[in-house]
Amino acid sequence: MTKFLTPATKMGLSISIATGLYGISFGALSIAAGLNLWQTVALSALMFTGGSQFAFIGVISGGGAGSAAFSAASLLGVRNAVYGMQIKQSLRPQGRQVPWMAQLTIDESTAVSLGQAHMDEKRRGFITAGAGIYILWNLFTMLGALLGEQMGDPAVWGLDGAAVAAFIGLLWPRLKSMQPVMIALAAAVLTALAVPVSAPGMPILITAVCAAIFAVFTSGKVPNATEHGRLRSVEQEPGQEQE
Amino acid sequence: MSELSWWVLAACLSAYAIKLCGYFVPRKVLDSPIMSHVASTLTVALLASLVTVNAFTSGQELVIDARIGALGAAIIALVFKAPYLVVVLVGALAAILLRATGLAA
Repeated sequence: MTKFLTPATKMGLSISIATGLYGISFGALSIAAGLNLWQTVALSALMFTGGSQFAFIGVISGGGAGSAAFSAASLLGVRNAVYGMQIKQSLRPQGRQVPWMAQLTIDESTAVSLGQAHMDEKRRGFITAGAGIYILWNLFTMLGALLGEQMGDPAVWGLDGAAVAAFIGLLWPRLKSMQPVMIALAAAVLTALAVPVSAPGMPILITAVCAAIFAVFTSGKVPNATEHGRLRSVEQEPGQEQE
Repeated sequence: MSELSWWVLAACLSAYAIKLCGYFVPRKVLDSPIMSHVASTLTVALLASLVTVNAFTSGQELVIDARIGALGAAIIALVFKAPYLVVVLVGALAAILLRATGLAA
């Protein structure tokens, strides 16, 4: 605890506040969509993955069935399995840590963790962002649900702009060479192309699948430009690059 | 309990099961060089996809509104090496200002 405010914990706390506050709009929009207080609270406490939660209430508010909401939320949640693989690979958690770490495995905690260079910082980033967002997201979901519809529009508070800034802020540090920049641009274009022709949430999955296929076919042919690749190259050629 | 409540619980269970799945992939698979390359590529692609969805979409429609201003302002803040929370606040402020001045929806 002597080094509580490290770069990783600062980033974790920052994104906890930014993301946690966004819980207000989820809570209010969920009520507006026709869910009751306890259904809304359950989604944030038990599902705890914002994209899937918004997908669930989005289907309900559009008149969709519970089964359709279930499918949309589950499909959007599939990326968390990818995040889980990445977190397991980089943090190597013990078996008894897995149940709670799995629940905290979301976009933000994974991104904050993977954005750090050292093992201790990766762990601190994951826990700070995961636990911080869990607490604030649930508190602000409750607050938003209680406040109701008049605070439901995230645009009024610029919270939709804050969300965009939060995600580009996480992506930015990874764009240090040409290869990740090209991957990011291709992913953005592919997502935009997929949005009008696929169900909400699907563009992200389509992009993920295409990126995975691309990575499999280019593995070994191109220099690894991002974090895992750098670590691996350090292992293979000791002394060439220091973290 | 209403039918919707059961679907809420089912979706919550499904979400947790999917999260757990990521942790039960055999370590051998995770340690392959291909997996490393796939993981790093996926991270960049997913974040870029999330930026796009958050900045340019409304449901199944592509839209240009105040959020593109938020994105631009955030990028400028990042170029000037602003702290993360400042970047986030700049994004929110840009969206508020663009709407308050009527420059964007």
